[in-house]
Amino acid sequence: MSDSVVSTNGWKPNPRAARRRSADHVATAFGMVMAGILVLVLASILWTLLSRGLAGLSAAAIMKPMGPPGSSSGLANAIVGSLIQTFLALLLATPLGLGCGIYLSEYGTDTNKFASCVRFVSDVLMSVPSILVGLFVYQVMVAPFGHFSALAGSVALAILAVPIIVRTTEDMLRLVPTAMREAGAALGATRWRVTLSLCLRSAKTGVLTGILLALARVSGETAPLLFTSLGNQNWSFSLTRPMASLPVTIYQYAGASYEDWVQLAWAGALLVTMGVLAINIAVRVSARRG
Amino acid sequence: MWWLRSPDNARFSSQSFSRMTLATATPSEEARDTAGASRSGSRRSGPDTAFHFLVAASALLVLVVLGGLVVLMGIGGSQAFRTFGLGFAFSDVWNPVADLYGAWAPLFGTIVSTLIGVAIALPLAFGTAFWLTAMAPPRIAAIVGTAVQLLAAVPSIIFGMWGFFTIVPFMARTVQPFLTHHFKHVPGIKFIIHGAPFGTGLMTAGLVLAVMIAPFMTAVMRDVFAAMPNMLRESAYGLGATRWDVMWKVVVPWSRSGMIGAIVLGMGRALGETMAVTFVIGNVTDVGWSLFAPRSTVASLIALQFPESPAGSLRLSALLALGFILMLLSFASLALARMLRGNTK
Repeated sequence: MSDSVVSTNGWKPNPRAARRRSADHVATAFGMVMAGILVLVLASILWTLLSRGLAGLSAAAIMKPMGPPGSSSGLANAIVGSLIQTFLALLLATPLGLGCGIYLSEYGTDTNKFASCVRFVSDVLMSVPSILVGLFVYQVMVAPFGHFSALAGSVALAILAVPIIVRTTEDMLRLVPTAMREAGAALGATRWRVTLSLCLRSAKTGVLTGILLALARVSGETAPLLFTSLGNQNWSFSLTRPMASLPVTIYQYAGASYEDWVQLAWAGALLVTMGVLAINIAVRVSARRG
Repeated sequence: MWWLRSPDNARFSSQSFSRMTLATATPSEEARDTAGASRSGSRRSGPDTAFHFLVAASALLVLVVLGGLVVLMGIGGSQAFRTFGLGFAFSDVWNPVADLYGAWAPLFGTIVSTLIGVAIALPLAFGTAFWLTAMAPPRIAAIVGTAVQLLAAVPSIIFGMWGFFTIVPFMARTVQPFLTHHFKHVPGIKFIIHGAPFGTGLMTAGLVLAVMIAPFMTAVMRDVFAAMPNMLRESAYGLGATRWDVMWKVVVPWSRSGMIGAIVLGMGRALGETMAVTFVIGNVTDVGWSLFAPRSTVASLIALQFPESPAGSLRLSALLALGFILMLLSFASLALARMLRGNTK
């Protein structure tokens, strides 16, 4: 139709405009195809995870501890082990991350060389491959004592969580208006009082978000646990003994040639993913409300 | 009068817009002078000093952790470095039986699989971000954008499992037989596709890495694109630019530094990735040009061989030396990201 319009007026499209328009068509198609591929692939991952995970998920999978193949075993000790190690890691990482974040935002001026050094190091730590953290903790906490321990696993996870907490704490504290600090000082409050009771309290939601994000990041980590808490087939609540964890169990079971172990691995993968996604969604919802 | 020395005085100018509002709260020069005069009489209470000490100590601890990481990795690997010298980095032998180790095979695997991953993820992420910011209906863009952001948080072991159970059989049964059948005799391609159809290898690892880092890169790129002032976009459209013109000549130049940051951060994640790769790389310490033969990467080799390396052995030292090199690689990629970002701003 457009051809006839063009020909009746005796007007010819500028070749450059035509080229630009065809480039636009190509780019549009490219963008749509790429988005389509990415969405399809990600949907396929979720679908595989859901269909195979739900098939393996049962009351027994959650309630019973791990066991030899073919013995209707479950993942209970791995789930509990993961919870213990993750929360211990947060318990270790939160005070350290908060302290470091407070230092950087309240004491770390631009001229403070030590603070900018710490800031840089914290960024480096955030991108260090997690398996190297596992190697490091192995050398510090496993090799000298001669045995693997849940505590070492928690420390490895804590090292991964700290930089995330540091970054969010510093960013959130910097958003607190200076006027608030001045008001506190005017009322005669000491510096630590102002930092803890005014700044930290008003930045509470943001700081909490950082801790939750660290939790989400850490709860799916496998590599740092391989050489630290090792994994355990049996129930164990001792922090000085090897302890099972969900990601390591998934890693061991997924490569096994027993059908029921593979199914348990999928169930565990589904549990881990749902946990991580739930935390992220909670962060998002609270951020929208705040 | 500690608050007069608050960090915002010096920093706010270089920080985000939200902090610009603090400009009015910055104390004037006179205020600072009187503060200086009265400071001689002011007392620093005990708890204050203790608090300062406490937070500075936790900052120091963070410093010590990274320092310890680098130093211990270096000390652990020193035995291997001393035994094999500089040749350690370039020797392609990895023979635990003869106790001969070289880093080239896993290093080559790491670098090539990362490059494949980034090369596949980049068009995927860029195209998707382009679609999300310029074409998609707002409601669908919001849903897909959120989904992509959420998927960037999925643990890497999930991608590894998915690759192991989906991509590996697909490569072994469909892609490799097809390639071997059609390109077996084509020079130049022949040795890239050479190998028995195991399904594992650099190509599979690259694919899984691409799928893993693409959501992350998409999310960052979308944020960067969306941060551009709409005025620029509208002006370009007003001059008759097409969608692609706007994207390529306005949005991309404007957000170049952010895009480079996204790419390099994705690369950093791919470099050190352990779980997603270990499942699909095949774990054979060979060097060769075939992208479809089993190989190994630094991280996967450490994960697999560490448990069977006794303390004090040369093998353990070689693994730690590998870790040291990987550390340097990830450090270099972060430094690169900072440098490029600093230059383009």
